[in-house]
Amino acid sequence: MPNPILVFVEQRDGKVRKAGLEAVSEAARLGEAAAVIVGSGVAALAAEAGRAGAKKVFIADDPRFRLYAPEGYARAVHVALQKSGASAVFMAATSMGKDLAPAVAALADTAVAADCTGLSMEGGRLIARRPVYAGKMYLRVGFKKGPAVCTLRPNVFALSKDGNASPAVEDLKLTVADGDLRTLVKEIVATSGGKVELTEASIIVTAGRGLGSPEAFKMRDDLAAVLGAAVGASRAVVDNGWRPHSEQVGQTGKTVSPNLYIAIAVSGAIQHLAGMSSSKVIVAINKDPDAPIFKVATYGIVGDAFEVVPALTEEFKKVLHH
Amino acid sequence: MILAVCLKRVPDSNARPTIGPDGKSINPGIEYVINPYDEFAIEEALRLKEKAGAGEVVGICVDPDGNESMLRKALGMGVDRGILLKGGSPFDGAVNAEILAGVLKPLGAKIIFFGKQAIDSDSCQVPTLVAERLNLPRANVVVKLELQGDKVICRRQIEGAEEVVEMPTPCVVSAQKGLNEPRYPSMKGIMAAKKKPIDAKAAPAAEPRIEILNMEAPPARPAGRIVGKGKDAVPELVRLLREEAKVL
Ligand SMILES: Cc1cc2nc3c(=O)[nH]c(=O)nc-3n(C[C@H](O)[C@H](O)[C@H](O)COP(=O)(O)OP(=O)(O)OC[C@H]3O[C@@H](n4cnc5c(N)ncnc54)[C@H](O)[C@@H]3O)c2cc1C
Ligand SMILES: Nc1ncnc2c1ncn2[C@@H]1O[C@H](COP(=O)(O)O)[C@@H](O)[C@H]1O
Repeated sequence: MPNPILVFVEQRDGKVRKAGLEAVSEAARLGEAAAVIVGSGVAALAAEAGRAGAKKVFIADDPRFRLYAPEGYARAVHVALQKSGASAVFMAATSMGKDLAPAVAALADTAVAADCTGLSMEGGRLIARRPVYAGKMYLRVGFKKGPAVCTLRPNVFALSKDGNASPAVEDLKLTVADGDLRTLVKEIVATSGGKVELTEASIIVTAGRGLGSPEAFKMRDDLAAVLGAAVGASRAVVDNGWRPHSEQVGQTGKTVSPNLYIAIAVSGAIQHLAGMSSSKVIVAINKDPDAPIFKVATYGIVGDAFEVVPALTEEFKKVLHH
Repeated sequence: MILAVCLKRVPDSNARPTIGPDGKSINPGIEYVINPYDEFAIEEALRLKEKAGAGEVVGICVDPDGNESMLRKALGMGVDRGILLKGGSPFDGAVNAEILAGVLKPLGAKIIFFGKQAIDSDSCQVPTLVAERLNLPRANVVVKLELQGDKVICRRQIEGAEEVVEMPTPCVVSAQKGLNEPRYPSMKGIMAAKKKPIDAKAAPAAEPRIEILNMEAPPARPAGRIVGKGKDAVPELVRLLREEAKVL
């Protein structure tokens, strides 16, 4: 059996993250995929990892793992790494993955290739393609020593569901002393923001300062509701206090790559483009025909948002609900 | 109480980097700034010191050019002294973490502050790699922080929520926008900074963990088009999204 690629499949509240399953499918595409799931009462989730392509699933079950426990989770992944003899570790570039990946890399004495948008095997060697300078450039990197640790950008790698829903399952039987868990997540507090998580949404509707007031964002929210989309904002909007920072897209906000990104009254400053220009299809609505956003837009409408956006919402209602 | 802040010199977010002759790095000649997230880290350290009424804030920068200007700016904001290590790598976080950990170990800082991400490497790993090397607890992407004796209680941003995290000091914290509003250096601060010490030395050799094969420009977006003007263009846009782009 070749060395598998071990994928940490993130779960919260007993629900696996789609981005984690995308990573499993990508690992299966590159070679043989194994998965590790960490949490409390999570054994049943092994089937989902199996369906996404994992041949084997390691489980680390502990009541203290109900919420994210940085040291404990890293230990679990590292033990699974040793048991599986994996040549690489993948996880989704989510807030948990970005925190966990370097801890695993440290335990394995390697480094992280973060937020990868492309992975390939070249002569038996894993090569990662990843953005730097906020996506203004990409690097192709290899690892000087194994195991390679990679975080994968959500929404970029295709999820497959034709794997075996009954993979081999092994309980890691991890023993963790309380003293090993120094960083304690006491609770999770919800913050304001849209219902659909930006970084994993397949459609995003973003609006910028051109809307002129916080009240005008209702048209953004109405359009998003019809499309089941997440909502975003430019930094100018966040700096004005109209919308929370959790909605900001761009260099100092979130990096997103949905199938469809609709930008309303956003000028398209370089720092905004940094966060969204890898979207598959971009629609721009702006009254200024020379706005830089039109340079990256797949489709553009030149016009007043107050006229175009409500009309667009109505049109979508018409065609999507019939 | 010693508080450490690690800060990186990075290209300004407005800069348009171009690929250099080696095909693996960018051409020089662009504007550089303190990594924006590191400014939140500096500000938080300064506030903790001010609140305690005593202590020292030490800025540490690993820079391949040995450029001290970012540390000088930090000193202008109120950081007490700087340590500059010439060396490191723009992209290999493990190299930078190894060098930083070597300096931080003997320093004995109560909290080591970082930015959550360097906007050149975008790798989000140096804070955690340093924490692991020094065997310290960590919290990344922190938007709120409280120091209570030998305990730090903070909030770290996650998807649509915040995790309330508690850990003992000494510890590692990486700062996210929203933690505070960084101050601008005052005229007086800038003058005082000229006399503050920067201990500059060569960085020890560190073991590279990654190999950069090449740098590429992002895939060009296929040329887009203006569908039309005003609300009359809406039906055609929706048709294109459904029939041509097939995203709905
Ligand atoms: C270090 C740094 C980091 C940054 N990070 C980010 C980031 O993460 N994200 C980000 O977004 N920005 C970021 N910025 C800020 C960025 O440079 C821009 O200032 C910001 O993106 C502008 O926001 P905007 O497009 O909403 O506003 P503006 O630039 O003011 O554009 C408003 C647009 O609305 C159009 N408009 C006005 N009225 C209407 C109307 N009625 N109908 C249709 N169109 C209309 C105008 O033509 C214009 O194009 C950063 C800047 C710096 C220096
Ligand atoms: N060369 C460096 N010198 C000092 N601090 C650094 C350096 N590289 C990274 N850091 C710190 O680590 C944080 C995260 O960087 P990164 O992991 O590269 O995204 C930055 O915000 C800095 O606080």
